[in-house]
Amino acid sequence: MSFLYLLWRNLTRKKVRTTLTLGSIFIAFILFSALLALKTAFSAGVDIAGLDRLITMHKVSLVQPVPIAYQNKMEQVDGVARVANAMWFGGVYQDPKNFFAQFAVDPERYLDVYPEIQLSDEARAAWIANRTGAIVGQPTADRFSWKVGDKIPIQGTIFRRPDGGAWEFDIVGIYTAEKGFDDTALVFQRDYLTESFAGIDGFTGWYVVRVSDPDRSAAIAEEIDALFANSPAETKTSTEKAFAQGFANQMGNIGTITTGILTVVFFTLLLVAGNTMAQSVRERISEIGVLKTLGFTHGQTLGLVLGESYLLTLLGGGTALALMAWVLNSFDLGGGMFPVLYLPTWGILLGCFLLLFMGFAAGAIPAWQAHRLTIVDALRRKG
Amino acid sequence: MTDSHSATQSEALVRVDHVTKVYSRGNQRIDVLDETTLTVPKGDFLALMGPSGSGKTTLLNLLGGLDRPTSGSVVVADQNLGAASDRQLAKWRSRHVGFVFQFYNLLPVLTAARNVELPLLLTKLSKAERRKRVKIALDVVGLSDRADHYPRQLSGGQEQRVGIARAIVSDPTLILADEPTGDLDRASGDEILDLLEALNREHGKTIVMVTHDPLAAERARRTLHLDKGRLVSEDDLRGRSRTTGDSVHEAVA
Repeated sequence: MSFLYLLWRNLTRKKVRTTLTLGSIFIAFILFSALLALKTAFSAGVDIAGLDRLITMHKVSLVQPVPIAYQNKMEQVDGVARVANAMWFGGVYQDPKNFFAQFAVDPERYLDVYPEIQLSDEARAAWIANRTGAIVGQPTADRFSWKVGDKIPIQGTIFRRPDGGAWEFDIVGIYTAEKGFDDTALVFQRDYLTESFAGIDGFTGWYVVRVSDPDRSAAIAEEIDALFANSPAETKTSTEKAFAQGFANQMGNIGTITTGILTVVFFTLLLVAGNTMAQSVRERISEIGVLKTLGFTHGQTLGLVLGESYLLTLLGGGTALALMAWVLNSFDLGGGMFPVLYLPTWGILLGCFLLLFMGFAAGAIPAWQAHRLTIVDALRRKG
Repeated sequence: MTDSHSATQSEALVRVDHVTKVYSRGNQRIDVLDETTLTVPKGDFLALMGPSGSGKTTLLNLLGGLDRPTSGSVVVADQNLGAASDRQLAKWRSRHVGFVFQFYNLLPVLTAARNVELPLLLTKLSKAERRKRVKIALDVVGLSDRADHYPRQLSGGQEQRVGIARAIVSDPTLILADEPTGDLDRASGDEILDLLEALNREHGKTIVMVTHDPLAAERARRTLHLDKGRLVSEDDLRGRSRTTGDSVHEAVA
């Protein structure tokens, strides 16, 4: 027999109560993991935004197009290394539920500013050479069982073809990206769009500007916006991080909502687990007296009760945390609705900290009571 | 009054010297033990008798280092218990004292064997050594075949035998039993007393037993009576009562 076995047997003496408490802790940590994953999804791009990238868009809103002619002017600005244009396509594949992002870009420029995109040399060359070619992220390819060589029809919602038919894209490459980077999008040549859709030639949606010195980002952004001041299409340039944050904020303050819900959940959980521990100790005061009679020190009885509390929270919460980390990081639970949906490392660490805190907080008072209990008083008590 | 046992100081395992114990309950002062002096030699089997509230259990608690005297000294196995810290007392108890409780006080979630093993968790013995000792202790009390039974699966007498096995498993210097037959029928009580007697006579264990039962006290080598916190009489002349045919209780009275 070990001390751990003793903890386990004490914990399982009231099986129904322990199971219910374990269930509460389990559910709370499932909720915790799911909310953190959602928060990560909504703020995707904020945390991994490149420090050396700026986003230039129309001063009014992202929906307003900006002239493609700006591209060359922007590249003249001192400190600008490369400029890529991008435009939201907003098409539907078979069913509106099958959502995923599509962008019309200049392939070479786009790949230059986004080194996070991992694409084979063959695929890169094929994409540049093929006007209807498109690359797609691995999760989206897996989702629809697409492979290189497939012809994918996508119905335009913003950009409808004159004949009313679908746009057809040739999948020429499937890319991967580092964790946290949106790897669900389908990206295709802007030429395919501009040649077939009257009126869009000469415009793009926004620019991604790669700067050579991130410390000069603010000055470069000001300089770019100054270039187009008082023009019909004034620009607003911000860091990619600020851009992503602004995008996330359109969904509401997810961070505050998440924190609010989790605070309530964990406070309730603390009461549940604390009550279980308090009841558990209250029911066996005389047993604690017996242990002390046998030679267990006050510190050892304190350790036994705290250990039991830790075992309770680690079993319930640890299982939930491990399960969610595995499921969220192994499967696409978002069904393509979110560019990223995973439990980040900092979330797992925060969960571990919460587990330890809950174990301590739920067991601290009963453990202290067990510590202070005198043998004579304990043996007099029944239970 | 003091215990006038003839044991010399060098033979004494327990020396209680002018001990008083006072509890306070609110403004009320309760004198439980009053200038009690007692000596218990090694190998003795002492029965402590007296009415409820006479201080028997309090004296037993003091001998076991579960409580401290208000004044006077308690020295057991060369350890002055009144001067030791809680931690020192806990360690000392685990090494020197085996307790037998009236209501057995086994942990219901552990089997008989694991209940017996409990005190050994505090030692540095290997798992194999602990198992060996548990087996020996259960053999001594005749319950080897019940090692894997939980307390709820045992009779009261069997539970108490497991309690005794737990008390002897660490080979303590002193066994303290608080009304060990108080919750048992006569037959089971006799079995327990047989066992305690055997531990004393065959294994040389020093035992101090609190009891209300004169028949249980007769099994001891000698009996001390407490009344209102004072030792009022002693009967260490087992032969006398047996010769006259009186019970020890009657002889003392």
